[in-house]
This record gives sequence, structure tokens and C-alpha cells, in this order.
Amino acid sequence: MNALDILQLLSPELILALTGFVVVSVDLAMRRRDEGRTAATIALLGLGGALVATLLLAFAGTSTVEAFTLAIDPYSLFFKALAIVSVGLVILASISFMRGKSRYLGEYYALLVFAALAISLAVSATNLVMVYLGIEFLSITSYILASYFRQDLRSQEAGVKYFLYGAVAGAVMLYGISLLYGATGSVDLATVGALFSAEGDQRLLGIAAIILLLAGFGFKASLVPFHQWAPDTYEGAPTPITAFLSTASKAAGFAVAGRVFMVALPNLVADWTAILGSLAILSMTLGNLVALKQTNLKRLLAYSSIAQAGYIVLGLAALNPGGDFDGVGGLLIYLLAYLFTNIGAFLVVMAIEQHSGSVDLAAYNGLIKRAPALALWMTLFLLSLAGIPPLAGFFGKFFVFAAVVERNLLTLAAIAAVNAVVAAFYYLNIVRAMFFVESEEQKPVSVAAGLSAALAISGIMVLVIGIAAQPFITWISRSVEMVLVSGM
Amino acid sequence: MDLLRNLVLTLIVFLPLVGTIVVMFMPKENERGIKRFATWWSLLPLALSIFLAVDYWVGFVARGAGDMAYEVKLPWIPALDVHYHIGADGLSVPLIFLTALLTTLGLYYSARTIKKRVKEFFALFLFLSTGMFGVFVSLDLILFYVFWEIGLVPMYFMIGIWGQQKDRPQYAAIKFFLYTLAGSVFMLLAIIGIYLSAGTFDIIEAAEKGVWAAGTLAATLSFWAFFVAFAIKVPSFPFHTWLPDAHTAAPTAGSVILAGVLLKLGAYGFLRILLPIFPETFAYFGWVVALLGVIGIVYGAFVSLAQTDLKRLIAYSSVSHMGYVMLGIGAAAFALNSNGGEGMLNNAAMAINGAALQMFMHGIITGALFFLVGVIYERAHTRDLAQFGGLSSVVPVFYATMMFAGFASLGLPGLAGFWAEFFTFRGAFGIVPVLATVGVIGIVITAAYILYRIIQSVFLGEYDAKKLTHWSTGAGEHADGPTDMMRFEKVTLWPLVALMILLGIYPAPVLNFFNTTAVALLGRLVN
Repeated sequence: MNALDILQLLSPELILALTGFVVVSVDLAMRRRDEGRTAATIALLGLGGALVATLLLAFAGTSTVEAFTLAIDPYSLFFKALAIVSVGLVILASISFMRGKSRYLGEYYALLVFAALAISLAVSATNLVMVYLGIEFLSITSYILASYFRQDLRSQEAGVKYFLYGAVAGAVMLYGISLLYGATGSVDLATVGALFSAEGDQRLLGIAAIILLLAGFGFKASLVPFHQWAPDTYEGAPTPITAFLSTASKAAGFAVAGRVFMVALPNLVADWTAILGSLAILSMTLGNLVALKQTNLKRLLAYSSIAQAGYIVLGLAALNPGGDFDGVGGLLIYLLAYLFTNIGAFLVVMAIEQHSGSVDLAAYNGLIKRAPALALWMTLFLLSLAGIPPLAGFFGKFFVFAAVVERNLLTLAAIAAVNAVVAAFYYLNIVRAMFFVESEEQKPVSVAAGLSAALAISGIMVLVIGIAAQPFITWISRSVEMVLVSGM
Repeated sequence: MDLLRNLVLTLIVFLPLVGTIVVMFMPKENERGIKRFATWWSLLPLALSIFLAVDYWVGFVARGAGDMAYEVKLPWIPALDVHYHIGADGLSVPLIFLTALLTTLGLYYSARTIKKRVKEFFALFLFLSTGMFGVFVSLDLILFYVFWEIGLVPMYFMIGIWGQQKDRPQYAAIKFFLYTLAGSVFMLLAIIGIYLSAGTFDIIEAAEKGVWAAGTLAATLSFWAFFVAFAIKVPSFPFHTWLPDAHTAAPTAGSVILAGVLLKLGAYGFLRILLPIFPETFAYFGWVVALLGVIGIVYGAFVSLAQTDLKRLIAYSSVSHMGYVMLGIGAAAFALNSNGGEGMLNNAAMAINGAALQMFMHGIITGALFFLVGVIYERAHTRDLAQFGGLSSVVPVFYATMMFAGFASLGLPGLAGFWAEFFTFRGAFGIVPVLATVGVIGIVITAAYILYRIIQSVFLGEYDAKKLTHWSTGAGEHADGPTDMMRFEKVTLWPLVALMILLGIYPAPVLNFFNTTAVALLGRLVN
């Protein structure tokens, strides 16, 4: 492998890093404040470039290549694309949303780009130390972003809470890593996987390591019982950041968990799938039940995203290499569908927040009269979150449920199914407010251009993934093939 | 012609969707235009469904077998082996016609009675018919599931938005949605199970290849998962509690579609999916289905008798009447158990014919009854039976129309309902005599609530002008007293009445369709 090859393989990361630095420098150099518009434009261009580079690599049929401690394989490329798209949509929506709310918008966009870079590194990591560094990198950018409204106490609380939980979770995860290192003398995932057996005492050690590692991954993915930060942080953080935390950042947690468990702990697959299965039950049930009585939309979507994490992790819990439904494919398609659906829902929340200053359910009353397009998009996203076909969310649920059924985990399947019905209640409660309740206010809602564009992209993707799922499924089955072969 | 045959089902399913999109782009203020467009547009699927019926029949005479026709099979998601596989046979063709007819009549009627949020109503109504048509033509389980769920959403909105505030429409809407969803998520698990077992999502292939052996846990669980999903939709006792609320709250045309078509989706699922794919399991549990049917018949009839709200009464009568469908299908499945030979098979065919006829006839009769409730509600603004009395002399045309629909509903010979009940019981007596005998009680009670509760308390006796003082016409203008049916109401109702009479005298046109499929289906199951 020559230097040029390496440059090409690492092009997404390099473009992201460069973009981040350019955004910061340009913002510094600019005399005239333009409310971060230039910074956002550069960031979007850079993200576009990185996305193209990622997709070129993904569709050039790149097989697993390791550069330094990074695996450039279809699995990591998939998640990089996810992270870049997610950050891109968030930035698009932020242009109008963040205007006038902060004086440091250049840094804001730079941090978002760095967050995408952090995810790219974390999902490619083939080495436990690199995993840790990637996740910490992501965490640090997220802490700052969550508390970006310096004058807003809630935003401060969001950041501090996230930081305190994150610091502990990171330390606990590091302890798990040290256990694996102690047992095998290596931090390389594949080597650990080869050396770590499931015999006797080592199995106990392994289970301890799984649980400790999960503190870190589950923290990012907001899986119960590592979710406590999520409601307050989601509520207090600037809404675009909430959208980011609930999608790209969450996906990173799952991606890393998937790779580490499959590659480093294949011999303990029975144990970690069982643990993940119980976390799935806890997350779905707790998330949905608490979401039922939320009237603050950001909090509601926070609990919904905890519940969704429960469905998503079913994919790993029902891992079934060689089956019709391998499980991890379900995880990926669910995350893809969830990305557009959930960001879309948050985009509507942003539009309403900008219009009325409120994220309360009451602000959605009679929305169909005031902003029919917003109400229709929101309905689409909520139905997709509920898993109604033929929308993207349906295929996410379909694939993870299918894996669960194929593994014959019928109790798990039944609990998940009941949860899907419970969730429909609170999603439709928002629809109810938008369509059935008359509003006192009649002023039409105007939506900024960037936000509209992001909404249209998300909405169309939700429809396209639902109606023409084939190309996405093909892409995803290619993306998981390698990990499954190398790991299991 | 062949091109049309290939396209006809797709056109029927997706033309309403095109209509929805067109309506969405029409200006909200142009209510007249929206109403006119939606009504005329719905004539296209109706015309195509008539073509379908005629063409299928001609083809049947030529081929001599009640096979699937108009099949189209295109890959949709090759990675999952999911196809856009549609087709129609003798079971679906009449139901497609029924759906198209009730959709057109519903739109026509609503064009004159819906006053608020017109654009949304007509867009949703057209969208709803896409979902219903889709279920009746789907031959792929995933496609079936997609259409099954699509129908939920517009109905949810219809109940919630256009319901009367006093009927708790928001509660009724979410209840309807969650009940159906609860059934269908488990159906989805069973669909996945079928795929894992038979290696296909294709309904016909799955029936040919067969799934798990009967008696295995997987077969039993999947059977019941499908059963519950369909039974909620039918609705069968004890899953029926969403129905009275949904019906009471829904606007007139919504109730018509709900009773006329949506309930049939569940019954259709029994015949299209459950019986062909799980014949042995169904045969084993056939008596349970028949028993639930009989409970529904009797219980629904008694509860109807106790109602004071005219619309609720008719809603419960649907529980009772759909019980006949369950009894017929359950009995037919049960007959597969006994090696009674030719005679038993005849009984089973008879029971299926009765059940299918009941689906069709109930659609027409109850559709008409709900329109009639709408007619009186528009005038009197109440449905409380105690408020009426002696209307026969004041509104004779309305009275006569109600008599036809009511008598058809109680199964008077010479009207449409009779044949459905006759075939159901004639078939069921030969298979589950005790249950069928108990079911007959339902017929008696039905006569009681139609004659005593509806005809007598609304129409007979002395008309007391002081009881109700606030009257409107059918189109919502002020009136000094009860006025008789207006032209648009006659245009809506008389086609249905005509069908009740025609099919009552000569049911063969519909019966023959069902019979071809029933015989073919049983033939496949026995071999």
C-alpha cells in the first residue's frame, strides 16, 4: 500500500478534518459577522465532499483494508455516510435556527464537522484504544455542543449532565478494555477475538468486560440503564444538537458495539446477545411507558429514542450469521431509516420552536391549518417511527423482528410487538394535536429555506427507503458481510 | 384488451391514489371543484370493477375454473423475494365491486353533507379506497400487510376530524387504530414466520408449499396471530369493543365504508390467507371460530336490542351479522376434519358461500342502513330512538327505504340478506348442528331489534311535533319539520335498495362468483 492509496482510503476523514480547520480559520479571519453563514456553507461543502469520497469508496467495492488502526471496510463506510448525512442535515437546519442565538457560530459548525470526524474514526477502529479515543473525541465535541447556549441554564444543565455521565461511562468502558487487554495482552480487536476463549474463569471475565464496555456503548446509544442523561440533555441542548445526539451519535454507539462484540468477543456471542436482549426489553418498555405521558416534544422524542434504541439493539441481540435475517443487517437498516425519520421529526420541532418559542405539545394544536406541509411531514415521520408501512421505519422494524423470529426468541418478539403498539399511542397523540385540536393561534408558520430543504430530504428519503427498499438492502447486506465473515 | 387486463387491477388500486394527489394540489377554497372531481374520479375504478366482473365471468365460462386471473407479478424487493403480486378471483371480484360502489356513493353523499375541511376529507376518502382495493388484490403477504396498514391511517383521521364532539371522536379514532395495530403487529411476526418456514411471501406459493406441520407450536402460534389480527377487524367477539365507538363517531360515509368494506377485510383474510395456508390448524380450531361466530351472532343481537342510539344499534348489528361470516368459515374449516366425504364437502362449500355472500350482502345492507342513519341525523341532529316516533306518515319515502334495508338485514326471503343466512346455516347445520341451532336465536333477536327498535319506535305511532323542534333538510338548511329524502339521498340509497331486491330475487350473479372460488379452494385443500 503506497501513500496515495492510504490518502485515498482515508479521504473522508482527511476531508472532514480539513473542513473543520478551514471553518474555524475562515471564521476567525472574517471581520464582518455574517451569523455563521459562510462557516455553514464551507462545512456543508466539506461534508458533501466527504460524503462523495465515502460513497466512492463504498461503491468501488472496497474490501477490508486496515490503515493504521482503522478498518476501511463497507461496515465503517456505511456508518461514515450515515454520520456525514446526519451532520449535514443538522447544519442545514441550524443555519436559520442558530442565527442570533449564539455569537460563536463558526466554532459551532466546526465542532459539528469534528463530531462527524469522531464518528468516522470510532466506527472504523480496529483497536480498543482507538475505540476509546474515538468515543471520547465524539463525547467531547458533544459536551460542548449540548451546552452551546451559554445563557440558557437548561442548556448548561444538558452539557454538564452529559459530561458527568459521559466521564463515568468512559472510565467504566476503559476498565472493560483493560480487562480484555489483561486477559489477552493485546488491544487489537481481531487478536483479542482469537485469543479470548469462553472457557471457565475467562468466561466470567469476559462477561464482566461486556458489561463494562456496554456502559460506554450504551451511554452513546442511550440504552437503558445507561440512558439517564438522555431526557435532560435532549431537552436542554439546542434542538439541532438533540437531533444529532439522537441519530448519528447513537448510531456510532451501535456501530462500535457491533464491531467490538462481533470481532473481539465472538466466543462469548451467547452471553452478549443475551445481555443485549434484556437491555432491549428494558429500553423498549421503559422508554415507551415514560414517553406516554410526556408533553414536551423534545422530552417525548428523547424517551421515544430510548425505546427506539431498544428495537435497534434487537438486531445485535438476535445476531444470526448465515441466517435469512442476520440481525446486524437489521441493525443497519433500522439505523438508516431511523436517521432520516428522527432527524425529520426534530426538524419539525425546530420549525415550531422557531415560530412559537415552544416545544410543548400545545404548540402543535391545529398545525394542519397553520402549516399544512409541516403537519404532513410530521405525520409521515411519526408514522415511520411507529413502523407503519410503506415507510422507512417499517423496514427497520421488519428486519429486526425477522431476525428475532428466526432465532426463535418468541418472548422477545412478543414484547417488541406489544411495545410497537404502545409507542403508536404517543406518536399518534402528536398527530391528534396537529389534526383534531383547534388552535387559538391562526398565524401561519414560516419555515426557513435551509430547514425546508433538510425536511424535504428527510421526508423523501423516508418515502424512498420505504417504497424502493431494494438498493438500500443490497448496500447493507454488502456492508455487514465482511464483519460477519471476519468476526464470527 | 390484454393490456387492459394486465393493468386493470393496478389501475383500480392506484387511480384513487392519483386522485388523492390531485386533490392535494387543488386550492382549498375550491370546495365545489374538489367534491366534483373526487366523485367523478371515483367512477373510474367503479367502471373498471364492473369491467372486471363481466370479464372475469366471461373468462370463467370460457375456462370453466375459478382460478386467479389478472395476475401481475413483478419483483418489488428482490433481496427479500417480495413481489408486487396481484390478482383477483371469484372471491375478490365482487368485493372489489362492492368497495368501488360504496366509495362512489360515499363520495357522492359526502359532497352534499360534508361542510368542514372538505379538501382533507376527499383526499383521505380516495386514499382509503386505495388501501381497501389493495388488500383485495394482494397475493404477496408483505404487499397485503402494506395495504392492510395503509387503510388504517385515513380512517383514523376520518373518525377523529369529522366525528361529532359528543361522540368522543378522538378516543374512538385512537382506539380503532391501536386495536387494529395490535392485531397486525402480531400478524407481521406470523408473516415472517411463514417466510422462514415456506421460503416465500407469496400467498399462493405458501399455500402450495405448505408451512409447518399442523400441531407444531409454530403453526399454532402463527395461526392465532393471523386469527387475532383478522378477528379484530371483523370484529369477532371478544375483540369487537372498538367498533361501536368508531362507528358512532365516524361521519356517515366513513361508517358506510367501515361497515361495508373494512370489516370485510378481516373476513377476507380468513378465506385468502388463513384457510389456504393453515388448512389443518384451521380445521382443528374451526369449532372455536364457529363458536366465536355464534357468540357474536347472539350477543351482538341482544346488545343491539338494548341500544337507544340508532347508529350504535346498527353498529352492534354488524357484530351480530359478521358473526354469520365467522360461523360459516369456521364450520367450513371444521368440515375438513371429518372424513365425511362428498356430503361434508358440499356442506363446507355451502357454508363458505354463505359466509362470502354475507360479506357482500352485509356490505350493501349495512352500507344502506348507515346512509339512512345519516339521512335522519342530518335532519334531526339526534340519533336517540326515544326522540322519534310516527315518522312513517311524515317521511314516507324514507320509511319505505328503511323498510327495505331493515327487512333485508333481518333476512326476509326475497331480499338480499336471506340468501346469505340461508346458505350459512344450511352449510353449518350439516357440520356443527348444535352451534348452528344456537345461532338461529340470533335471527329471532335480529327481527326483534329491527322491527321493534327501528321500525316501531322511529316510524310507527303518532307523530308528535313537539318532541323535536329543531329540524334541517338533508343538505343542512333549516326546515320547519321532518322533510322527506332529497334527490341526492335517493340517488345514494336506491342503487343499494335495487341491489337488495335484485340479489334477493336472483342471487346467482354474486353467488356464482363465490361458488367458483369456494369449490376451487376446497378442492385444493382436500387434495
